Amino acid sequence: MTKIKYASLMSLLAVSAILIYVVEDMPSFGDPDNPANKHVIPRYINNSETEGGAPNIVTAILANYRGYDTLGETTVIFTAGIAVMILFMRWNNG
Amino acid sequence: MGEKEVESLVARTISRIMIPFIQLFGIYVIVHGETSPGGGFQGGVILGTSMILYGIVYGLSKAKKRVSKKHLIILISLGVLIYSGIGLMDMLSGGKYLQYDSLPLPVDAHETTALSILGVELGIGLTVMSATIILFIYLAGERIGAGMDNW
Repeated sequence: MTKIKYASLMSLLAVSAILIYVVEDMPSFGDPDNPANKHVIPRYINNSETEGGAPNIVTAILANYRGYDTLGETTVIFTAGIAVMILFMRWNNG
Repeated sequence: MGEKEVESLVARTISRIMIPFIQLFGIYVIVHGETSPGGGFQGGVILGTSMILYGIVYGLSKAKKRVSKKHLIILISLGVLIYSGIGLMDMLSGGKYLQYDSLPLPVDAHETTALSILGVELGIGLTVMSATIILFIYLAGERIGAGMDNW
């Protein structure tokens, strides 16, 4: 038992050391030159009011740029409601 | 919470005053989601929450009388139908699916996109509101052991 605990502690320390070492290479927080901020973000910020149709950038992304995604989300909620309704109807009848 | 309404006069009075304002705020969050934080999901949940407050304070049997199952099924389907119908109308009028500016409305492309986004948000709001009410009524009915055959 103690051997297993010792082994798990060692592996935990090893993985932690690797992760802490890797943190050095991550892009600094909030930097505008980060890769995540240079790909599609400038287009959203510049064009969401003219081509996105809404001054609110979040709404423009949600309803226009990512319209398929939001349609899928709405379908998930619809399916959840209908599924609960069908399940509980079965329970009460049977 | 139970079948009957709560004893507290304060809770009943305050929620009777507050529920219309909660619903008004929910509609505001849906239709104003283009310019301020909010949108269909948030406004729909606020609208559904007003019904949950009604069910908690006035009892489940009164809440079941207030909303009918048939109307909720129609509303929850209508939301998805509005959303996918707008996409289909875009496709029928020559654009891609959900390409909002291809609708042949007598306004410019920017205005057409804004109106389509408003319609889409309304559809999301209807679906989320009905799903919230359905989940609450069925789960609460199961919790307190109320029969659901009469709803």
